[in-house]
Amino acid sequence: MLNRKTNTEKHRLITRRVFILAAAKIVIFAGISSRLFNLQISDKEKYEILSDKNRLREWKTPPERGFIIDYFNKQLASNQRVYQLHLVLDEVKNFDTTIFKIKNIINLNKQNLKEIYKNKNKLKPWDTLVVADNLSWDQFSKLNLFLHEIEGAKPVLSSSRYYPYSNDTVHIVGYVGDASVEDLSKKAIKENFVPGLKVGKYGIENSKEELLIGKYGIKRYEVNASGKRISQVDYLKETQGKEVKLTVDIEIQSYANELLKGKTGSICVMDIYTGEIIAMASSPTYDPNKFTHGISIKDWNEIKNNPFKPLINKSVAGLYSPGSTFKLLVALAALEYGVIDPNKPILCKGHKHPYELYGVKYHCWKKHGHGYMKLRNAIKQSCDIYFYETARILGVDKLSIIANRYGLGSKVLNGTFDDEKKGLVPTTKWKKNVLEKSWYLGETVINGIGQGYIQTTPLQLSLMTAQIANGGFKINPHIIYDESINYNFVIAEINKKMFKGKNYLKDTKYDFYERLYRNKNNINFIKDAMFGSTNEKFGTSFKSRHKETKYKFAGKTGTSQVRKITDEQRKLDLDTSQIEYKNRDHALFVAFAPFESPRYSISVIIEHGGSGSKMAAPIANKIIKKTIDRHELREKINKEILKLA
Amino acid sequence: MLKERLQSNNYGFFAKIKAVDYFLILIVILIGLLSIFAIYSTEGGKFSYYTKNHLIRLLMFFGLFLLLSFVRISFWHKNAYLFYVLCTGLLISVIFFGMTASGSKRWINLYFLNLQPSELMKIAIIVCFARYYHRVQTYDFQSYKFLLQPVILLTIPCYLVIQQPDLGTSILIAGSGIAIIWLAGLNIKYFIYSGLLLIVSLPFLISILKPYQKSRILTFFNPDRDPLGAGYQIIQSKIAIGSGGLSGKGFLKGTQSYLEFLPEKHTDFIFTLFSEEFGFIGSIILLILYMLLIYRIIRIGFLNKSFFSRLYCFGFASAFFLYVFVNVSMVLGLLPIVGAPLPIMSYGGSSMLSIMLGLSIVMSCKIYNEEQMS
Repeated sequence: MLNRKTNTEKHRLITRRVFILAAAKIVIFAGISSRLFNLQISDKEKYEILSDKNRLREWKTPPERGFIIDYFNKQLASNQRVYQLHLVLDEVKNFDTTIFKIKNIINLNKQNLKEIYKNKNKLKPWDTLVVADNLSWDQFSKLNLFLHEIEGAKPVLSSSRYYPYSNDTVHIVGYVGDASVEDLSKKAIKENFVPGLKVGKYGIENSKEELLIGKYGIKRYEVNASGKRISQVDYLKETQGKEVKLTVDIEIQSYANELLKGKTGSICVMDIYTGEIIAMASSPTYDPNKFTHGISIKDWNEIKNNPFKPLINKSVAGLYSPGSTFKLLVALAALEYGVIDPNKPILCKGHKHPYELYGVKYHCWKKHGHGYMKLRNAIKQSCDIYFYETARILGVDKLSIIANRYGLGSKVLNGTFDDEKKGLVPTTKWKKNVLEKSWYLGETVINGIGQGYIQTTPLQLSLMTAQIANGGFKINPHIIYDESINYNFVIAEINKKMFKGKNYLKDTKYDFYERLYRNKNNINFIKDAMFGSTNEKFGTSFKSRHKETKYKFAGKTGTSQVRKITDEQRKLDLDTSQIEYKNRDHALFVAFAPFESPRYSISVIIEHGGSGSKMAAPIANKIIKKTIDRHELREKINKEILKLA
Repeated sequence: MLKERLQSNNYGFFAKIKAVDYFLILIVILIGLLSIFAIYSTEGGKFSYYTKNHLIRLLMFFGLFLLLSFVRISFWHKNAYLFYVLCTGLLISVIFFGMTASGSKRWINLYFLNLQPSELMKIAIIVCFARYYHRVQTYDFQSYKFLLQPVILLTIPCYLVIQQPDLGTSILIAGSGIAIIWLAGLNIKYFIYSGLLLIVSLPFLISILKPYQKSRILTFFNPDRDPLGAGYQIIQSKIAIGSGGLSGKGFLKGTQSYLEFLPEKHTDFIFTLFSEEFGFIGSIILLILYMLLIYRIIRIGFLNKSFFSRLYCFGFASAFFLYVFVNVSMVLGLLPIVGAPLPIMSYGGSSMLSIMLGLSIVMSCKIYNEEQMS
């Protein structure tokens, strides 16, 4: 029997302790509740964001690249539908066997397979692998037949870059390819990059990347813990890149390429008032479409190892001695500085009695000499002796000032082409600083006929010609159509006044044209001499003239030596075809047209083409005709835009 | 005395039915219903394997609970030690015949059920201690014999369970055992002493922990230590609960669980899922249901005359609270993840069985509250 007293004591104790415990329980309950409150009410937003971060995953989709169009709105770079095969990796059970199956269906080669495995290793297990990015219709339809056998395979209709004028535009438009590490460091690409996106590698594609690239789309999916997509929640559509309009006329551009076929060189056509580049061809050329899906090693080697260097855009990156075309600036500089009297004759006696300076002989190109030459005739017939003497009197430093002023020695289209060269206009100071040697007078003398240190690009020569042809005013050359400057208004005014015989440039309204000349008559003298060179007997390009007033042009030939001519060689007097190709002279020609009311300037360079009058001038003749034929259409477009404005 | 006894032996059938605590049964049914919803939700709204099994077990063990409620409380009193020995025997047999799953050996295959003896031990230890202290006089408490015996009784199952290894259950057994010792009236100074001893021996205890247990404890203090490894569960659980907000994401709309970010969502993390879908309001309601259940059990304890019944009821109430508290604190990031199911809500036969068994003994106390035991 239990002791009743202890029993009650025990009961009292347990009761007390139950109450203590119950109190503790209530405290703990309150603690848990406040924790719940803290998580679910106070920090709700934080955890909601974390939860969404967990469950939602974004996939970026590549945008369509902006088009590149010419002046007449023809597409130079467009997008083409392509058939692709994608593989959703988390649906693939055995990657190797799947790839083997695909390989047998669409005939992948070893190189492709290597690439596929390389790409796969870069991806996360829930990503999508692009197995083939450009399937032919045959491959694509065959694939669709076997599709049910390949888990995770998805046939996709995508778009890729296409250049309808392929070879004709590559040096201007450029091409696209996979982004390299270097590309990814550029701002525009870094901000918009999506795996699989192609980026510009050269030309406009490269320099106008920020406009062309567009904005990626976002597909937001709900995913589970292992990253598998459950459902699409959101789709922000991608925006296509902006259109880039060029000043180029593809008709003239293609024609220029045609004229250059089989030759190495460049043709540039420029509007002398607006500075718009109408054509800029470089030869030989290559197909940019080959780069879009990764160029094959064979094709790449073919382009890279071509001795005529198709990869170089000769119009902006090819450096040539300007040869006799430079005489225009020598004459202009001499007149502007007033160091010569244009009416004072200088005697050219031929090879037997060359020009001599401190015992060194300088020959004229003409074996039997030109006889007594005044300045106009010297330009017209391109007498070397006259310009040796003129250059000597003028001095190289004064000459360089004028040369720089008219566009030589600096980049014409700064920033549009990565590889654009600025050429070289030598001065005494330059030689001292760079070569650490003093200047010799003999170097001035040969500089007078555009030989020696001086180097120019074809585009610079056409700019030089343009700035002479427009009466000596500075223009702003560009290849991307600039709608912010209302050239149309200017052009309309030009056309109105030009035929009334007034020089519109005198009007203060157009003072955004910076004046380059000192005396107007000097410019007109040069223009007149150029007219003589092409349209008068004994002119160096007389044979290539146009008789119709509409096409009449004024030009200057140039033949630039690539090596020093020895006395023996001079005696042999070989024909161009008898000389080894690499030793042949470069043929140059610059001109503006039409003479009556100038509008376009051109430059033609044929590498190792022989003499300028035989090789370059006939090409200039053709390209000028084409350009003038297209003039009215171009004006019509201008007027339309003007009306809209 | 004899008269009393005769009376107590002859409870009328209707008197017994009348004596049943219907409010308690109602709460159990309510929690049971919520548990079915929760388990149904873990399967993404499909009535398949887990839901079916859970429903069957719930019905079966609920029936068992009602049935065993009518077993006389003196039966438990009489067989308390036997129950304890039986459970200890089962725990030992686990070592030899146990089933291994995910690295631990906890179960015995009984064909219709994988029995987890450690779950039964949770009840057995309460019954055993209630019986033990029923007999002991207050003044005996200070003697070493009565101090040592319960410690041994508690250490044996705890050791066996920790060897499985199952830290969570072992903590729950130890916790409920200590709660009863406290309730029985052991002098408070012993608790202080042993608490101090525990702190002193902590470094040694940590050294015998398994590496994964150590990492769990370290992770508890800083879940971002290893967000994809040991910290993953607690981070995801907190995200799920937090993103539930005031009213929750809605039934079957818990993204964290539906998209499989939540681990162990059927068992230990069922509260997380419930909380994500039903929010703060739902969670508080569930917790209040649990508190009501505990209150009800304590109330039954007070209705009882015998010390055994009282101690059992108070002990079970404390243990029950401990189960709920440990589980909820765990998923809320207040305690390390140790692996303890939420009573009734969690999927798992043995846990359900032990809770229903425990409740049936409580109910038996209620029905036979006049019974005296010698």
